Amino acid sequence: MKLFLELFLSFLQVGAFSVGGGYAAMPVIQSQVVEKYGWLTMSEFTDLITIAEMTPGPIAVNSATFVGIRIAGIPGAIIATFGCILPSMVFLSILAKLYYKYKTLSTIQHVLAALRPAVVALIAGAGVSILMMVLWHGASVSFNNIDWVGLGLFAAAFFALRKWKLNPILVMALCGVVGAALNLALGLG
Amino acid sequence: MRTVTKAKKNKKPVPKLLQLFLSCLYISAFTFGGGFVIVTFMKKKFVDQLHWIDDEEMLDLAALAQSGPGAIAVNAAIMVGWRIDGFIGMLVAVLGTIIPPMVILSVISLFYKAFASNRYVALVLRGMQSGVAAVIFDVVVGLGQNVIDTRNVVYYLVMAAAFAASVVLKVNVIYIILAAAALGLVLALIEKKTGKTVGQLPKRKEEQK
Repeated sequence: MKLFLELFLSFLQVGAFSVGGGYAAMPVIQSQVVEKYGWLTMSEFTDLITIAEMTPGPIAVNSATFVGIRIAGIPGAIIATFGCILPSMVFLSILAKLYYKYKTLSTIQHVLAALRPAVVALIAGAGVSILMMVLWHGASVSFNNIDWVGLGLFAAAFFALRKWKLNPILVMALCGVVGAALNLALGLG
Repeated sequence: MRTVTKAKKNKKPVPKLLQLFLSCLYISAFTFGGGFVIVTFMKKKFVDQLHWIDDEEMLDLAALAQSGPGAIAVNAAIMVGWRIDGFIGMLVAVLGTIIPPMVILSVISLFYKAFASNRYVALVLRGMQSGVAAVIFDVVVGLGQNVIDTRNVVYYLVMAAAFAASVVLKVNVIYIILAAAALGLVLALIEKKTGKTVGQLPKRKEEQK
């Protein structure tokens, strides 16, 4: 019972504090699921984000289902997902009422404008921890044990995305295949 | 016009709620990457095809969906559902939107353990992690550019402070969000009182020629 309550409250916070959609949920999920409760390791969390990228649906709903089902089965998945969409339903109902009444929301626009740079920074922070996962696999951080294959793939993928605007799913799939082939060829697997 | 009424008469009408549910189910199942992409699909379906919502209102609903907390796809479904049939409409639209990812992720999570412990799958996943990191930094560079384009010093400082707070000081992200929201409120109040935007840099002059 306590576990269900924790799952619900935890994803309630994910729903309430991921402003700006999409990747904004990532740092909040990491802080709740990895750092606070330890439901997933950083490596599993990175896999989860990879899976969420490859499948339809928002990262928050994907994560709620994935974590919920692993911690407490199907009921866990339902409770976690419900927790993560409840704040949206409450908040947007109020927002819609206000909107149809006043038609302008300059204060909300201001709050959002100030939130945006913070959210960008938080996404960057989550990106840094995932990149560290790629480079050191959770081991100690030093120059001697960098995963050079991982670093090379990251640099190539980043370049392909920035320069040629390749489809992200295609880039990830290519990284998966090339990375596996390189690691096998170099005998690192 | 005539053909439209004719088609309506000939076809047995699908109940509106069922149609709403199926539309959301379909859109959600085929929208990869989530986010704002889904809004375009919703517009195609509910504005262009079904004529349930007009063009301008759809834009407003999308803006509202973006300003709320939570996933944009779910928020857009909430707004469209509300608009079409109140509370029941909202529930139906949200259910339709979350069922596909829930089913897919449930199946994946059941196989994940066996899947991830396979040597080859683990190697592929490891390679893909590099790709994910690159996708995230690509998104960050794009979003960061938007912040820089505001030419507002306050927003630059917020971005730097939030990054330092989360990465270096390991402050809980929720406090960072709350602090930024509070700052936004203060900025709104100041602008209302003085009519000036705090921290705004002068517009860049056209330097060439």
